[in-house]
Amino acid sequence: MTGPSRTQVLALYKQTLRNANGFNNYNFKHYFLRKARTQFRDLKDLKDPAAIEKAFSAAQRELGVLKRQSVISQMYTFDKQVVEPLDGKKTQR
Amino acid sequence: MLRSITRSVLSKSQRPALLRPRCYATAKVAFDLPLETHTDLQKAHQDLADARANSSEVVESGTTALKHAYQENTGFGTRPIYLDMQATTPTDPRVLDTMLKFYTGLYGNPHSNTHSYGWETNKEVESARKHIADMINADVKEIIFTSGATESNNTALKGVARFYKKTKKHIITTRTEHKCVLEAARAMKNEGYEVTFLNVSEDGLVDLKELEAAIRSDTCLVSIMAVNNEIGVMQPIKEIGALCKKNKVFFHTDAAQAYGKIPLDVNEMNIDLMSISSHKIYGPKGMGAIYVRRRPRVRLEPIISGGGQERGLRSGTLAPSLVAGFGEAARLMKQEFDADSVHVKRLSEKLTNGLLAIEHTSLNGSPDHRYPGCVNISFAYVEGESLLMALRDIALSSGSACTSASLEPSYVLHALGKDDALAHSSIRFGIGRFTTDEEIDYVIKAITERVEFLRELSPLWEMVKEGIDINSIEWSGH
Repeated sequence: MTGPSRTQVLALYKQTLRNANGFNNYNFKHYFLRKARTQFRDLKDLKDPAAIEKAFSAAQRELGVLKRQSVISQMYTFDKQVVEPLDGKKTQR
Repeated sequence: MLRSITRSVLSKSQRPALLRPRCYATAKVAFDLPLETHTDLQKAHQDLADARANSSEVVESGTTALKHAYQENTGFGTRPIYLDMQATTPTDPRVLDTMLKFYTGLYGNPHSNTHSYGWETNKEVESARKHIADMINADVKEIIFTSGATESNNTALKGVARFYKKTKKHIITTRTEHKCVLEAARAMKNEGYEVTFLNVSEDGLVDLKELEAAIRSDTCLVSIMAVNNEIGVMQPIKEIGALCKKNKVFFHTDAAQAYGKIPLDVNEMNIDLMSISSHKIYGPKGMGAIYVRRRPRVRLEPIISGGGQERGLRSGTLAPSLVAGFGEAARLMKQEFDADSVHVKRLSEKLTNGLLAIEHTSLNGSPDHRYPGCVNISFAYVEGESLLMALRDIALSSGSACTSASLEPSYVLHALGKDDALAHSSIRFGIGRFTTDEEIDYVIKAITERVEFLRELSPLWEMVKEGIDINSIEWSGH
């Protein structure tokens, strides 16, 4: 069994970040960005091929959820949060 | 003739659609038609701006006060920061994702066992039950779904007491319990039971010796909450469980604020009944559960009679969408337990340190035995409600949501022996999975500024600064 390649993992990571960024809700956006960063960093040193395969498919499933939910978040929008700049510039964090 | 015309119209309108590059309907809807919901603050801002544009002199006097009341016109949004996680939590998008299919296709009644519509929802319900049981190391059959922790608490207190009414007539609980436990206990008092309300120490903790002394031969139930909803104090559940087991009394714990947030194990802690709420763990509202031990069996009389669903303890058709959302929320609590704990603890320390740096502030409840996600702080010489009014950009509460309508000071803080003034000036901060560092920084800054501002207005504060002991003053005119 061959596990996912380096490129595949990086592509998945990038897509997860992009979809997390798609959330209109401030708190959800920052939570999923934080989660993606820590999750991929923690799994970086995984060696066991079966475990890698498992983590990869779990992350793929989560990406599916993020894709759907970020679209829903864009459909039902609310005002920006008091810590969120209105001009849409990314905050330093 | 007519048919040929319609056909040609149809084919014409269809043709360009086929040639167009493929695009997703969802994305199109999302960008064309967002459904915007505005905060009330938006309206308040608008009103203020209008008023200011119309008259300059009238508003001027209030401007300085309002400037301190909330951040204005600085290029930031208007929606308040949510820091009331003990009241309820935002629904996690992953929970919503599992729930949506129950509103689009999976509509079967989970109790219908004659067709596949029933089977498929029943399967989802059972897997949700498994996730909920796993979190507290319980068996699947021991989880009974209810409408929320209030119903669970009522089921436990009234159910157990009524079942054993022939021999046992005594219930023990504490003064700092949630309103629904206190009221249920009071209702049992009217039915002829005796209820002991235990006092708590200054830290909010139950004295185990006092508890042991209160247990009698006819005591049927001890009900003590795991994490307090107002001050976040964690009771020594394991020791209480052991004590109850030794004295052969059933032990019920209200874990609405504790489930998924602190490690709980029903077998290790000898818990016989446990109330759980879904909307405190990022799940849907209107859903809860009660854990009822099977070995040794805890018998209780159901409050709701009906078709005998949920082992006959809680009849009525389940809402599969809510159950599945609850199950997913429980699964996520387990999956994210370590990450969430670290995050909440870090933010809590930051907030506590930041706020206690203001002079004349104090943390309510035990500093060691606590769930870090609930921080209750008293700001002396500031009225809690006026501080909340001044903090329109932060969603906070001075205590439990059920009692915030009345102007009475919190009974929980009273039970800790705090005086009225301090109980009035306390505010509860709830930190959760979705709280960010940025928000905490904002809150610390905002509170520091506004406490200072409100104190400047107060004549009491002037006296304190001059070194006059407030308690030594003899007030005249009363």
